[in-house]
Amino acid sequence: MSKPVLKISNVNKSFGGLQALRDINLEIEKGKVHAIIGPNGAGKSTLLNVLVGLLEPDSGSVTFNGGINVIGKSPHEINQIGLARVFQTPEIFPDLSLLDNVMIPAFSKRDGAFHFQLFRSLASETKITQEAKEVLASVGMEAKAEETAGSLSRGDKRRLELAMCLIQHPDLLLLDEPTAGMARHDTNKTIELLMQIKEGGMTKIIIEHDMHVVFSLADTISVLSQGAIIASGTPDEIRGNPIVQEAYLGGVEL
Amino acid sequence: MKRLMNIFKKQSDLTTILLFAAGVLTMPIWLDPIGANYPDLLQKFVIFGIFAVGYNILFGLTGYLSFGHAVFLGVGSYTAVWSFKLFTMNVLPAMLFATLISGLIAAAIGFVSMRRSGIYFSILTLAFAQMFYNLAYSVLIPITNGETGLQLRMHDIRIIDNYFSDPVAGLPSTELFGMSMNGYSGFYFCAVVLILAFYVAMKIFRSPFGMKLKAIKSNQHRMRYIGSDTRPYLITAFIISGMFAGLAGALLAVTDPLAGAERMQWTASGEVILMTILGGVGTLFGPLIGVGVIKYLENIFSAINEAVLHNFFSFMPLWAENLLVAITAPFVGEGWHLTLGILFMIIIIFLPGGLMEGFQKIKRRYLTISMKDSESTTKQE
Repeated sequence: MSKPVLKISNVNKSFGGLQALRDINLEIEKGKVHAIIGPNGAGKSTLLNVLVGLLEPDSGSVTFNGGINVIGKSPHEINQIGLARVFQTPEIFPDLSLLDNVMIPAFSKRDGAFHFQLFRSLASETKITQEAKEVLASVGMEAKAEETAGSLSRGDKRRLELAMCLIQHPDLLLLDEPTAGMARHDTNKTIELLMQIKEGGMTKIIIEHDMHVVFSLADTISVLSQGAIIASGTPDEIRGNPIVQEAYLGGVEL
Repeated sequence: MKRLMNIFKKQSDLTTILLFAAGVLTMPIWLDPIGANYPDLLQKFVIFGIFAVGYNILFGLTGYLSFGHAVFLGVGSYTAVWSFKLFTMNVLPAMLFATLISGLIAAAIGFVSMRRSGIYFSILTLAFAQMFYNLAYSVLIPITNGETGLQLRMHDIRIIDNYFSDPVAGLPSTELFGMSMNGYSGFYFCAVVLILAFYVAMKIFRSPFGMKLKAIKSNQHRMRYIGSDTRPYLITAFIISGMFAGLAGALLAVTDPLAGAERMQWTASGEVILMTILGGVGTLFGPLIGVGVIKYLENIFSAINEAVLHNFFSFMPLWAENLLVAITAPFVGEGWHLTLGILFMIIIIFLPGGLMEGFQKIKRRYLTISMKDSESTTKQE
């Protein structure tokens, strides 16, 4: 077994009397797509927020890339160590052009958290401009490069957000319900895109409601229920697991 | 045609700055027909131009609305006058000290205020501004000379000047290596400073740094999650715009070596916001256009009285002349604020992007028409 990109050990988190996460242990292998599923209120978002430093767990540890501690770091620090995130509602720069949207994460990656250099000319940034165009092309949006991002459809915003993460070549990409609130057509296009990225070998954690998405993308799946992982395994194992059927799938024919 | 369009579309740094310099330096010529060609007003145009260009780096790029930028204008003026009193009447050290000290104060105010965003940020900056304004009339009187204002005096030490030459009779005037800073020479000096300041602003606008500031304005949350620590960027923008304001304040003292606290009043901070919004927030030229409109109304429109109006409408029959004078009189002279207010409302409602948006619309219409023309001509061929 290769070294895990992300290692979550004995993580607990409670809000008042509610225990949102119970003793979570999880290892994400390099190059794999790991899906976390579970009914509403199972603790999926809490777990994700712990991973990106938004929430501090009561106990336990989260380490990244062989030992870098994630807990207590601010969002920009977590991104700088190689972890990018896609949000439930696409978070883009609505007032800027698509090309600018993709160039900015590349600048952040190159320049670090803060870089004081006032007079570098944008026109001289040919390398990043070129790279941004290529990434836009890889998600099929090169024709819209000069358009303002705010006017895009929801599905296109999601694709743009993915492009913004891809240009950073993160070691781990977190996808929080990437197809939430999308029409079937957009969902299918997003899955297609994610499949295509998957072939690139980027490690991903995907949190999703849509079973269709999960079973077509994931290498391994963990099922959360009431804050605990009740099952882990390949899509086939999960499909056949009676506990999972009971807790989540509710006997739905898959 | 295509080449012409490209020039319109993306001006290179060099063409922009050359066009700008030509426009600024020829102001005495093209402002003459509208009666704005006298040195005092020209100086105000360019000095407040620097103020607004700097303010736009903060408000236009990051979207943080500071309500206390007049503080830096005041600090710049006081520092410059002190430099005249203590060291030399040469304007360069005065401008240097003014810029540095405003930068330091901006760092302090920015460090605290940037802990909050939106309206809370605005209120914090306003609170700081009012604090400085009131301190200038109380605790800081030894530095500000209170209500009288800080002035030059016969017995000022002026270490450097007095070391090299004997004090002359009468109050000395500000100079740049012997060149007096009154009248047109003062204007041209300030104009050169404005051109340099504009160049700096343009470089910032067209750099990855400026792009990151725009990204913070657009979605700060996303900016953090792609790895940028937004706070130092914001504080840097605040300091830079504070330094521009300090430089403008110093130039106010250069052209008229007197500093008073009224320069720091909140209305002065409000004025630069008006200028920026009127011209076009976040555009390079917009704030300068805003400065032009407001300073023109303030100085020229306010000087129009009923006699001038009667003269203007004298070609009409007497009853029409009297009627038109009665209608227009409230909008000029003392009533110039009314004109400004109406103009401001019209622009906010119909052109939220300021006058620059209006120009862009006209330009686009013109370009599409001319493009259709060229297409139809090629088809005919």
